Amino acid sequence: MRKSSGKASGYDWFIRGIVYLATAITVSVLLFIIWHVVSNGVPHLKPSLFEWKYTTENVSMMPAIINTLIIIAVALTIAMIFGIGAAIYLVEYAKPGNKLVAIVRITTETLSGIPSIVYGLFGMLFFVTTLNWGYSVLAGAMTVAIMILPTIMRSTEEALMAVPMSLREASYGLGAAKLRTVFRIVLPSAMQGILAGVILGIGRIIGETAALLYTAGSTHRIPSSLFNSARTLAIHMYLLAGEGLHKNEAYATAVVLLIVVILINLLSNFLAGKLRKEYNQ
Amino acid sequence: MESTGNRTRTLEQVMHIVFLATATASIISVILISVFIFMTGIPTMAEIGLGEFLLGRNWFPRHTPAQFGIFPMIISSIYVTIGAIVLGVPLGLLTAIFLARFCPKNIYRLIKPAVELMAGIPSVVYGFFGMMVIVPLIRDVFRGLGFATTGFSMLAAIILLGIMILPTIIGLSEAAIAVVPRSYYEGAVALGASHERATMSIVVPAAKSGIFASIILGIGRAIGETMAVIMVAGGQSIMPENILSGVRTMTMNIVMEMGYAAGLHRDSLIATGAVLFVFILLINIAFNLIKRKVR
Repeated sequence: MRKSSGKASGYDWFIRGIVYLATAITVSVLLFIIWHVVSNGVPHLKPSLFEWKYTTENVSMMPAIINTLIIIAVALTIAMIFGIGAAIYLVEYAKPGNKLVAIVRITTETLSGIPSIVYGLFGMLFFVTTLNWGYSVLAGAMTVAIMILPTIMRSTEEALMAVPMSLREASYGLGAAKLRTVFRIVLPSAMQGILAGVILGIGRIIGETAALLYTAGSTHRIPSSLFNSARTLAIHMYLLAGEGLHKNEAYATAVVLLIVVILINLLSNFLAGKLRKEYNQ
Repeated sequence: MESTGNRTRTLEQVMHIVFLATATASIISVILISVFIFMTGIPTMAEIGLGEFLLGRNWFPRHTPAQFGIFPMIISSIYVTIGAIVLGVPLGLLTAIFLARFCPKNIYRLIKPAVELMAGIPSVVYGFFGMMVIVPLIRDVFRGLGFATTGFSMLAAIILLGIMILPTIIGLSEAAIAVVPRSYYEGAVALGASHERATMSIVVPAAKSGIFASIILGIGRAIGETMAVIMVAGGQSIMPENILSGVRTMTMNIVMEMGYAAGLHRDSLIATGAVLFVFILLINIAFNLIKRKVR
């Protein structure tokens, strides 16, 4: 009973000090980055940067925004089919002790550890060269679809597992077969959790550069087909930053990226939080 | 009635197989990625000579005869990663301890999403911030001290990566500390330890496997990071002399030259990716071994 009940010792103060200091540094760094980008970028967010056409005089980010949306749409379609399907198999169909499940788990974890540049190399070798799609929206979208597959799989799995067993049993009890139960009962109940993961996946695609540079390429036009090259907003920003002539525009693009990422995080947290509240009472 | 029953049963079976097929997507992806990276990487290393490629100190891909030694880049990747860990782990771990054991609930609700946001900020934005803030800062400070440096340096990459791995370290370490049984803490306090001592001497050591796993994952993030490092590290493909030297990591080598490389030069960049991939696979294995130990 020496120290715990009474005053804090020097050791206690030291620990408290470094723990608070470290957190203060971490938070300050984040706030400083956001402040720096916003304060330098917002003054340069001119309407002309959102014109439909990119020219060398006016490096509009509008085509890049549209390209990003196209790549997100294509990649999500693919990643959701496989990610949600796989999660349904793992949670609803696979029997305990299934060997395949163990392998799926290991490979999914491996995928989430692979850096984006390796995805980029693979996409270039497989989609761009071997399948001969060239630098294209489709090659880029396929590459990032594989990249976000683990994110969507994991969030869907967690969402499915959070659905109470009693809901399924009630459905079976009323005579519904498995498939009907999955699509009518389990998936709708898990929708928010799945959405939270999908939104995180969107965030990753928006921020991605290394995996897209040598798959989707860097053409600044809006593509007329899935086999045309197209730069996303993050690649647009990278190229502007590298040119040296467009620092202000790069800041403005960074603000747009940052705002989108913040909104995405808030939305994903909100959805995940709601889900937690619903089932963890 | 019977035929609809049969149709339902068939549909059930078909969909079972469809779901099974989608589940194999991640397996097929990993196999395809490995095959395509190594199918070019291994023969290229053989052609250049494994020792020549991994231990050669000269990278002159467009000279005649060309030289393809990536040793300086392997070393740079390792140095930069170690630096980022030295910087990011203490900061991240202490922040995780704060979040798990010292943080009032209402403040937690603000800081936790902030840390998650850090993980969501795109690499290019980090890189641009590094280029506009960290690089000039290093240049001014060290020029003031009499060093000749542009600021584009190993140090800049280390600071930036140290920041970028924070969310990885904080997230996993905090989770590891949070699952340490309450009884550990209560036991220590019952024996007279203060909150601080119980946390630092009992709870945190009990979470060491999880913390170690977070460090391994941080190493993976740091060694694989590309775009942010490209924007601040300089890009010189020579052995770094000191922390202010401009460096080129393996990831940088791929992106910097892929745009114009052809033939063996292009293949040697893919082989660089293969070496990076081996590092990542080893890190993954280490991570999984530790995680199994946690369970």
